[in-house]
Amino acid sequence: MGSFRHGVHPPELKELTSSLPIRRMPFPELLAIPLRQHAGAPARALVKRGDRVERGDKVGQAVGFISSSVHASAAGTVRDVRLWPHPDGSMAETVVIDVDPVSPQGLRPRIVPEWAGLTPEQVVAAIQDAGVVGLGGAAFPAHVKLAPPPDTHVDVIVANGAECEPYLTSDHRTMVEYPERVHFGLRIMMHALGVDRAIIGVEANKPDAIEALRSTVPEDLDIQIEGLRVKYPQGAEKMMLESLLGRRVPSGKLPMHVGAVVQNVGSIAAIAEVFETGYPLIERIVTVTGPGIRRPANLIVPVGTRIADVLEFCGGMTPDAERIVFGGPMMGNAQPEPGAPVLKGTTGIVVLTGEAIARERELACIRCGRCLEACPVFLDPADLGRLARAGRYDEMLEMHLSDCMLCGSCSYVCPSHIPLSQMFGLAKSMTRKVERRRKEEEPSAAGAAA
Amino acid sequence: MSADRTGGDRERLRGEPERPRETAGGGPADGAGAGGPATEGTDAETPRLHLAPSPHIHSPDSTPRIMWTVVATLVPIIGVSTWFFGLSALLVLASATLGALLVERTLGERGSLGDGSAVITGLLLGLTLPAGIPLWMAFLGGAFAIGFGKLIFGGLGQNIFNPALLGRAFLQAAFPTALTTWPALAERWTNVYGSNLALPLLSPGKVDVVTMATPLGLMKFEHQGTDLLKLAIGNTGGSLGETAGILILVCGAYLAWKNYLNWRIPVAIFSAVAAFSALLHALSPSLPGAPFMLLSGGLMLGAVYMATDMVTSPVTNLGSWIFGIGIGLITVVIRLWGGLAEGVMYSILFMNALVPFIDQVTRPAVFGTRAARKEAA
Repeated sequence: MGSFRHGVHPPELKELTSSLPIRRMPFPELLAIPLRQHAGAPARALVKRGDRVERGDKVGQAVGFISSSVHASAAGTVRDVRLWPHPDGSMAETVVIDVDPVSPQGLRPRIVPEWAGLTPEQVVAAIQDAGVVGLGGAAFPAHVKLAPPPDTHVDVIVANGAECEPYLTSDHRTMVEYPERVHFGLRIMMHALGVDRAIIGVEANKPDAIEALRSTVPEDLDIQIEGLRVKYPQGAEKMMLESLLGRRVPSGKLPMHVGAVVQNVGSIAAIAEVFETGYPLIERIVTVTGPGIRRPANLIVPVGTRIADVLEFCGGMTPDAERIVFGGPMMGNAQPEPGAPVLKGTTGIVVLTGEAIARERELACIRCGRCLEACPVFLDPADLGRLARAGRYDEMLEMHLSDCMLCGSCSYVCPSHIPLSQMFGLAKSMTRKVERRRKEEEPSAAGAAA
Repeated sequence: MSADRTGGDRERLRGEPERPRETAGGGPADGAGAGGPATEGTDAETPRLHLAPSPHIHSPDSTPRIMWTVVATLVPIIGVSTWFFGLSALLVLASATLGALLVERTLGERGSLGDGSAVITGLLLGLTLPAGIPLWMAFLGGAFAIGFGKLIFGGLGQNIFNPALLGRAFLQAAFPTALTTWPALAERWTNVYGSNLALPLLSPGKVDVVTMATPLGLMKFEHQGTDLLKLAIGNTGGSLGETAGILILVCGAYLAWKNYLNWRIPVAIFSAVAAFSALLHALSPSLPGAPFMLLSGGLMLGAVYMATDMVTSPVTNLGSWIFGIGIGLITVVIRLWGGLAEGVMYSILFMNALVPFIDQVTRPAVFGTRAARKEAA
């Protein structure tokens, strides 16, 4: 069974929702659809106050290639386009829509073209137009990965079905309930990339998903389904490639560099879905779970639905709920504002109670070395932590801070409860500018050497 | 006018996201039966949201839990020691621990007693002392161990040398006679050696103590072996904690299973001692063989409890192997050719000093950096 070195074993806690079928949530009365839901340039608003929009209408146009369009998740009237609480903690330009309470929200002529007969370029354009982004959390525009630079040679697509974060089950349920969709999405991606091989990696704690996928592989496609050891962060791109293919992505490079494109199974199913239904990406599967929610569920939620509406549909929070997390508890963002919306990249809403998040008093590092044993990219978190405390960010960069993916493993295992990953996140944002400048210099230096 | 607008916007921004709470129970979401008392209940006591960066969960292990578990595993060892040496054992251990705790309490950080590390230092120091040592010396050693072995470096996690061993090194330098006077095993568990009760700053000169040589002393100075079974069970002369080899191994195995100590260090030490002494024994049969070297003296206690002190051992696994092998080799060298019968303490202290260097050279290459370098070349 494929695996990588190091990593941690947080409790899985998936049993709350892993056997609950995906259900659809009713349309809320208000949608807040941010124009920035993806990595890259925010979309440009296409609507203004008072405009009538139908379900699936484009309300934000992608700006440039590394960008994605956004669409109305329900028919209604644009109340305003303005700043609104964003799940990343900031205020962001958002299309606020009063949902039409009497509209049937039904089908209309397809917006996304039929797949058959499209050239790879047209597929890429259609996916960008349909606003498909990575649904695994980072929300990197999905079409960009399908149009690698001409000097790279991609020979395999890796479908990431690890879902290694505790609690989350949206990918799991997708694989169990819509395995054909995953295969269809892979077919489209293989066509766009001109690749004839794909591997789906699934953590071994989801045997039903592995079985469902295996039994539905189309005969004409070379799709392999591999079980992976249950270990966090098995679903990180670099770990995935190491586990499945034994290919190690060089520091500072992308998976493409070793001939692979990694996409999360939810996103692959979304690519299939937009071509199947003709609708752009306007809803997604969200795991609403955690000890602080009364009725956990796997829900199809319209993009832009406010957290409070989703929680209310799930019976509300328990009185001891203390933290709402978007994504899993290892890497997810705590939400300050129940009015913030669900985004395309929102894998789950995990409501944690005081008991689940209790942190003990921070103590001195006792050099136990557990963080080194945990770090999947072999950093020395203990030393980095000391440097972070002292604000010595330059030295942190020399120790490869940029290779840290903020997976949180070091903080998770630290017996002295030192907020390592948290400090690294801060250091990374503080040094991002420096890093960018360095990266710009690097290619020129390499060119000179050659 | 623009100022006016911003003001209005801000007001609405505050108001609107709250709406779901105000209108709870009336929205379309209600259609699915989500309303009712549950929703209202939630509404009335909307929890205060708590913000923090990820990760939001934590493994159940904590530093105090590790430390106190180590203390717990010392209890059976202390019990055996009391069985062999009588109440004296408890008195010596209590004195050393009291000295350690007192200094930690007065000079250490507030609340640092709770992490358990001072108790470990005191107990471990006590276990390296002879049962007949004057109690005031044990107390002084405990105080020195914490004060000069730990706090002077900046407290928990900052010290270079194992504090308990530093305390013992200090005592050995200051009171060489008391530290090498090994009383005979107690006949009853109520036994208290007269020398324990010497007044502070006085030597126990006038008290008569029946002494007993340690197996290492016998081997070194009188070329006399000791029965291996006796060594394994521990009814031989020696310091409080060096006489229960098997029990120490069992406790160490438990700690290793809990991942509270790095098993590579004791395994490396034992392997190095065994291999090196077996080799020497083969070359010159008058030298003791591997089983005797493994079971005698403070090797078990040192390898399982002292060398594995997380603060003063390497953080990398490769480093731990190097560290352990170094300790094993130096121990054998001191025992066979040094002026002392026992070498575990100095070999650990010596390797402690090398830890920063070992960590530096054994730090693993960051993921993908080798591949990146290969490509650049």
